[in-house]
Amino acid sequence: MSNDQIFISTDTPPAEPAALVDDFTPTLITQANHHLCPGCGEPIAIRAAMEAIEELELARSTITVFGIGCYTAFAHNLDVEVVQALHGRAPSVATGIKRMLPDGFVMTVQGDGDMVNEGLQEVLHAAARGENITCLLLNNGVFGETGGQMTTTTTLGQRTKTSIEGRDPHQHGHPILLSDLAATMDGAAYVARCAVNNAGNVARTKRYITKAYESQMAGAGFSLVEILTMCPTGWFVDTLEGPDYLQDTLAPVHNIGELKTPLVQQ
Amino acid sequence: MSDRALLEGSEAIARAAVAAGCRFFTGYPMTPFTKLLEYMAALLPEVDGVCMNAESELEAVGMAWGAATTGHLAATGSTGQGLSLMQESLSEITNARLPLVVFNMARGQGDYFQATRGGGHGDYRHIVLAPMDVPEAVELTRLAFELASQWRTPVMVLGDYYLAHTYQAVSVPSIEGAAPEVPDWALNGSSGGSGSAKIISPLGGGVEGEEGFDLGAHYAACAAHIQEMSAGVDPLVDIGFCDDAELVVAAYGSVGKFVRYACLRLRDAGHRVGYVRPITLWPFPSKAVHDAVAGAANVAVYEQNMGQMVEDVRLATLGAVPVEFIGGPSWDHSGFGIGPDINVPDISERILEAMT
Repeated sequence: MSNDQIFISTDTPPAEPAALVDDFTPTLITQANHHLCPGCGEPIAIRAAMEAIEELELARSTITVFGIGCYTAFAHNLDVEVVQALHGRAPSVATGIKRMLPDGFVMTVQGDGDMVNEGLQEVLHAAARGENITCLLLNNGVFGETGGQMTTTTTLGQRTKTSIEGRDPHQHGHPILLSDLAATMDGAAYVARCAVNNAGNVARTKRYITKAYESQMAGAGFSLVEILTMCPTGWFVDTLEGPDYLQDTLAPVHNIGELKTPLVQQ
Repeated sequence: MSDRALLEGSEAIARAAVAAGCRFFTGYPMTPFTKLLEYMAALLPEVDGVCMNAESELEAVGMAWGAATTGHLAATGSTGQGLSLMQESLSEITNARLPLVVFNMARGQGDYFQATRGGGHGDYRHIVLAPMDVPEAVELTRLAFELASQWRTPVMVLGDYYLAHTYQAVSVPSIEGAAPEVPDWALNGSSGGSGSAKIISPLGGGVEGEEGFDLGAHYAACAAHIQEMSAGVDPLVDIGFCDDAELVVAAYGSVGKFVRYACLRLRDAGHRVGYVRPITLWPFPSKAVHDAVAGAANVAVYEQNMGQMVEDVRLATLGAVPVEFIGGPSWDHSGFGIGPDINVPDISERILEAMT
């Protein structure tokens, strides 16, 4: 290969238009060009969720129920069937679907504002009921879509637009550790928490999601995977600082690991 | 069970719902809705259907929403109070174009506005059917599922304590019949991986960022659909003695049955009184009401609230005839909407007063 082919001159217009060499978009994501902010962790989580569906050959039996948050943008960009639910209400909608289609694969995608603030009772009731669905919680500890306000998972000391000097337990209360709570429910078969802030954690996320799906397909009952995601915009940090901020702020409180598996009971 | 049987209203409605093909029901116990939930819990397993005792009204309407997306006929319900909790979802289910039947066993008649104005956010209406008694409720329950499927929209059956708990001889079709086929738009997962998987969303379809995804266009289509229903759903009304009536009395629901009886007796006594009883509260039978009162000197509206349907009667008559409100709230100690003023002598007195 000569140097001419590697270093392209910018003095003159390109001889031919840019060509896509390889498309790394999973086949179940039809439109990869999302409108979410640079550095957002949600597309990584959605990608892992879709890759796992494809690998387990569940695409033709999947119904995904979306909550309301930034990730809702993906509701229209997937090649799996989607039901758009209200903020907080995805677990009950998924319940109605699963009861009528017990052989189908039914999952929800919700954020921390959606699942832990607005819809806390829904997810806990579904877990207690042993509803054979999989819920994915994209937890960034902040309301991303509305611009960085405190959620119930915001950690103590974390600065948001509604906890300007940092979350103070006397004024704002304590964070809810959703997965820990769900794992206490007898109906919950698989509960795990992971993150997408580095390559190792992304691989772990995919592994946990796959286990949750397998748990549902085995009819084991309720499964939940909580995924810590970066939100540099809502955290008011530089895009590149997102992964470290997650590691230093969210991860020490919302501990990563499997909380409940069919083998490792609490 | 097509022969006549003495059934509690709630059981008759439950049987009519299952006979109409309802295969999913969910609710949260609340008087006077509770019995309907109990009967559905007993009946649905007989036809391989599902009945869920939801943990809250919010979850009840959510479960019904999910079941409806699978194309199986689904229903839920509550009393007016519980319906208040469900409104956010009912509004969105309307925009998601899903069929659903909602049984509102209201406490009295205070929830007419909630039922007919679309009690939630947004610019929408629901079809509302208000039976006067158990046999009519059986017929309207069948119609409710039919209209919900035909228009892909929530339809409310508005009853009360009397409808839910009165025993009446009634013929109800057998629950053994097959449920209607699942329609094409329904989800079952199978369109996944095809390149154009289905989506059911109150925000519309299409791929975001591409042509076809347009929230404004979706809301405009929803509004057009509401207008189409408004013009296309046959308004139902029960009219009597209006040809030569000096006074026409308007009333709805089980209270309307008492008003009708009062008018009948007043006719017997030689008073020129007629009645109109709207059965579809939305679309309101405006033209029928307008025509029925055209020859009358006066219109009186009897409802057990502070005056709600009276506004629709005034809109229907457009000032052509004076419209007087002769009802009022009526409560006993229970708070369940068992109006002590549902009393033919009392109603007759108010009607005669309005004639003078």
